[in-house]
Amino acid sequence: MRNIFLFIRRYFNFISLLLLQGFCIYLIVHYNTWHNAAASGFMNEVTGKINTQFNKIDNYLLLKKTNEQLVKDNERLRNLLKENFDKPDTATKFVTDSIPYDTLGNRRKWLYLSAKVVSSSVSAQNNFIVLGRGSAQHLKKDNGVIDPNSGVVGIVTDVSENFAVVMSLLHKDSKISAKLKNGGDAGQVIWDGKEPNRLSLIDIRKSAKVAKGDTVYTSGFTATFPYGLMIGTIEEVVSDKSTNNYIIKLKSAANFANLQYVYALENFQKDEINRMLKNAINKTNN
Amino acid sequence: MSTLVKNIIRFVLLILVQVFVLDRIHLHFMVTPYIYFLFILWMPFQMNRTAQMLIAFALGFTLDSFRHNPGFHAAACVLLAYFRPFLINILIPQEGADTNYEEPSAKSMGGFMPYLLYAGVLTLVHHSWLFFLEAWQFGNFWYFIIKTLSSTAISLLLIIIVELLFSRKQQFRTNTV
Repeated sequence: MRNIFLFIRRYFNFISLLLLQGFCIYLIVHYNTWHNAAASGFMNEVTGKINTQFNKIDNYLLLKKTNEQLVKDNERLRNLLKENFDKPDTATKFVTDSIPYDTLGNRRKWLYLSAKVVSSSVSAQNNFIVLGRGSAQHLKKDNGVIDPNSGVVGIVTDVSENFAVVMSLLHKDSKISAKLKNGGDAGQVIWDGKEPNRLSLIDIRKSAKVAKGDTVYTSGFTATFPYGLMIGTIEEVVSDKSTNNYIIKLKSAANFANLQYVYALENFQKDEINRMLKNAINKTNN
Repeated sequence: MSTLVKNIIRFVLLILVQVFVLDRIHLHFMVTPYIYFLFILWMPFQMNRTAQMLIAFALGFTLDSFRHNPGFHAAACVLLAYFRPFLINILIPQEGADTNYEEPSAKSMGGFMPYLLYAGVLTLVHHSWLFFLEAWQFGNFWYFIIKTLSSTAISLLLIIIVELLFSRKQQFRTNTV
């Protein structure tokens, strides 16, 4: 027993090093559980408040760019106005997802919530974006996030009262269901951890028609993003020798380095879809 | 100014500079400059080693909280704080220099070269452990080695610039009184 105490005293520094390193690695591996813990909510509020102060300066310096972005956004929205579409006599109807015709029985499916980017990173291996909008302002976990030009940015992973943390596409766990505009083959968009604004599209069969410059859209298969939001354009096509798939390098539509304002997308039908899926799983299990 | 107050100010300033200046400079995707760990390099000689590691953990954890990615910098800082006393022991010029001066600097280490070596080795330790933990999840190791070396070079350059710009006054304390 005495020897054990002597051993501990002799190697106390080394033992505390191992303990601290072990704790750090536990945090790294279980960061998802940490994100759900109460402590993370507190840290979010504290760092969020400091970030907001510095963001005020930043925002002022980037006013010109934000303006240009808004003009572009306005242009796009104006082009969607109903007056711009000429209706011939034949009974066709122009329907968009975002304009509700409640009297006709159409239901709103997607709600766009604007949010200010309080801080963001691109240089780490797992990048997060912090939004200055939280649960008190109706932002929910698992909402999709897009930039003003409808480029996919990421998914909300953590919400505190006034702030939200978004896992950007530049994260090792980020996986977005995507479709090629030409041909409609579906795959997954991931990040290989190297260059910001360069993504990888995997699980595309070699039989698919792929060309440089093609657009890659969200597939709409998940409840997070609607169909047809731009993820990026194809920059390079590499054929994977070990499988029958292509590995496609994309240039992302969103520029993660200078995000100022983003939109979070809330899906009103998500609960219904999830409930049905759960029922289906329960039935097959019984 | 007392050592405690000085160190608290350093802690806050270095974290703010790291988060709001350096993290926003995107030099190249291979290079991420870090300077916040200067706080650990500048910690006083006379300090309990376990306390050094705990303070280093707090520093790393603070930066991690800003990046919403707990563990990475904390782990690198703890390792850095663990290796620091060994290096000081090797590089200190003569017996007792660590009691004559308060903290490591070019003057107390006996010249610019030993100090540069001290900073360089510890920067390399910090960066390689940090990028190793990050690369471990992705598994691209050539990328990891190149990133470590290039980032170390840039960080070291920054440390030299900081050292030249903000010279710390180090008065000689004698313990023979």
